[in-house]
Amino acid sequence: MSTMQKSRKYRYITAFIFLGIGVVIFLALNICIGSVSITLLDILGTMAKQENNETLSRILWDIRLPRTLAVIILGGALSLAGYLLQTFFHNPIAGPFVLGISSGAKMVVALVMVFFMGRAIRITSADMIVAAFVGAMLSMAFVLLLSRRVKGMSMLVVSGVMIGYICSAITELVVAFADDADIVNLHNWSQGSFSGMTWEHVKVMTIVVTVTFIAVFLLSKPLSAYQLGEVYAQNMGVNIRYLRICLVILSSILSACIVAFAGPISFVGIATPHLVKKIIGTTKPLLMIPACFLGGSVFCLLCDLLARTILAPTELNISTVTAIFGAPVVLWVMATHRKERTV
Amino acid sequence: MEYYFKTQQMSVGYQGETLIHDIEIGLYKGEILTLIGPNGAGKSTILKSIAKQLKLISGLVYLDKKELHHMSGMELSQKMAVVFTEKIKTELMTCEDVVATGRYPYTGHFGILSKKDHAIIDEAMELVHVSEIRNQDFIKISDGQRQRVMLARAICQEPEIIILDEPTSFLDVKYKLEFLSVLQELRIRKGLTVIMSIHELELAEKVSDKILCINGAYVDRFGNPEEIFQAGYIKSLFGIETGNFDEENGSMELEPAKGKADIFVIAGGGSGRSIYRKLQRERKTFITGIIYENDLDFPVARALAAELIAVKAFEPVNKVILEQAQKAIDSCSKVICCRKEFGSLETANKKLLEYARQNGKEVEITERLGSYGKSHYDSGNDVRCRKEFSCGRTLQNNEAGWVQGSSV
Repeated sequence: MSTMQKSRKYRYITAFIFLGIGVVIFLALNICIGSVSITLLDILGTMAKQENNETLSRILWDIRLPRTLAVIILGGALSLAGYLLQTFFHNPIAGPFVLGISSGAKMVVALVMVFFMGRAIRITSADMIVAAFVGAMLSMAFVLLLSRRVKGMSMLVVSGVMIGYICSAITELVVAFADDADIVNLHNWSQGSFSGMTWEHVKVMTIVVTVTFIAVFLLSKPLSAYQLGEVYAQNMGVNIRYLRICLVILSSILSACIVAFAGPISFVGIATPHLVKKIIGTTKPLLMIPACFLGGSVFCLLCDLLARTILAPTELNISTVTAIFGAPVVLWVMATHRKERTV
Repeated sequence: MEYYFKTQQMSVGYQGETLIHDIEIGLYKGEILTLIGPNGAGKSTILKSIAKQLKLISGLVYLDKKELHHMSGMELSQKMAVVFTEKIKTELMTCEDVVATGRYPYTGHFGILSKKDHAIIDEAMELVHVSEIRNQDFIKISDGQRQRVMLARAICQEPEIIILDEPTSFLDVKYKLEFLSVLQELRIRKGLTVIMSIHELELAEKVSDKILCINGAYVDRFGNPEEIFQAGYIKSLFGIETGNFDEENGSMELEPAKGKADIFVIAGGGSGRSIYRKLQRERKTFITGIIYENDLDFPVARALAAELIAVKAFEPVNKVILEQAQKAIDSCSKVICCRKEFGSLETANKKLLEYARQNGKEVEITERLGSYGKSHYDSGNDVRCRKEFSCGRTLQNNEAGWVQGSSV
């Protein structure tokens, strides 16, 4: 093994350790920091059931822990969805939010919610995911149709943003016609937020995201060929059609899962894959897929922590925070991309 | 012997529309086929169809007696490699990473490279001389380097047949020659069959076992280079209207100047070519003679001179021709003589020079030594450069150079 290969290996290992530590540290911070401070000792205490501090235990087990776990899972899923879409469209500024996929999912979920709530039927999280998936696929279909006609990465993104606007407008309209009581609920959710996660939610999302993650990971070899462009991928024996269908479905499931539980969250999907790429120094899907997931988790943990604490006790909208960190990354990507092309 | 690669009434095109009908190709294992034809004639379309990137409109393609259509992607990927003109955009990939992608058909489910894979990658990079840039970012290297990296990638795939679309276009002379030598070497060492499109006709003639000429609607000719490169054919295939292509030497000449000729050039033994071209650049018309038909100067003179006074090879110059040349000198005001000394068998040209002097023409004698070296740069025909140069040297040592002229 050459020295270059060795030094690269060290870099990969370091990057994963770095991301892993990031997840652990932010996990701890997210659990500990809040309107009620919880120390690590308290956590150990409640785990050992020695102290019977009912409030503390409730906050920890019913609010902080499920929320933090949801952030880890959904953040990772969001980042992975962005990575898949970027690979699929060979477009560095693709993501579920900019392409209007999140908004499509949001629209269908809102329609379903209003419809069911009006009839006083309880909606399960599985229903929500299915509704979101339908919406995501709908938007995806539009984007795919448009991508055949429009060439160039900026045009595709503009088309996606337009689709997003249309879907948002319909959602707003639906919300306007909904009962007063539901509006608050709907409104909060449609802005994107990690609040109100239950263990039931965490369970469902863990199953969905884990299965999807494994499926994506198994595709890492054909994805690596696909990165060279379709001509070479096909020559290497990759079934392009099959791969493309898989990518569309998997990225839609991931996007749908996020929207169903946390609403549309902007910029995580676009920005984190680029940040992770810089950290790990490669685009090999075999490494990028898990690294992206961890990166998305860290990014969202940080953003959720800030959303909860900056203006406590008021909670900031999560997209506000993700935009502050994510948008500059997108601008940086666009600026540097141009440069490399002219070289 | 049976054909290794064969097409049967293959028709190709885009979206159901046929571009080229009934293509019949037959290649033995280890043969090199080049596709030539004007821009937009459909060379890439044929290559893409053969590589299964485009659906055939009709017809069949056989690879090693098996129909291409019935081969799985995986099976084909271990037999056929491609290098196309599409630029690939990579991110954070070194040249070695790109070359390594060629191992795809042989790696396991997660594409992890074994020791053997690494050895093959190293060997492929060594073969096309890209080992020095192995750690450089693929998007930051030059077009020529990129082309070689892509060839290394294809070699890594250990194909039996390789499809290349204009592989030499971005390469400089050195690498053009090297690239084609590598293909020849692979064909000898591994029995590699090659199908490629190429724009450099003079190279196509030299490297190909077979040539397919496409003119935009059908295959005009398919055969070995001797059959294809017949006088005047290239001009008609490409519809050349200005300038000339010489099939025998594979050299091109620009369109000659028009108008009445006022200069007579005495040349022979390859001494006149650079002067002809110089005059063409200066947009001056000229008459030249007396040239043997097997002389190095002959094809260039034929393409550029307003009038050419020539003699059949190995025949003495008769009186009629000499008088014809003298008459031509009469009509000109200036005579350029490219010959400083005349050999014992080129007395006719010596007589012409004397005639010009006697008749008070402005006579300019050019330096032969310098003009040789110069002509190589001027020719724009880099590949032949070295060969011609060595020939030039022999000519200097042997004043009866024209006799050897035809041997080139």
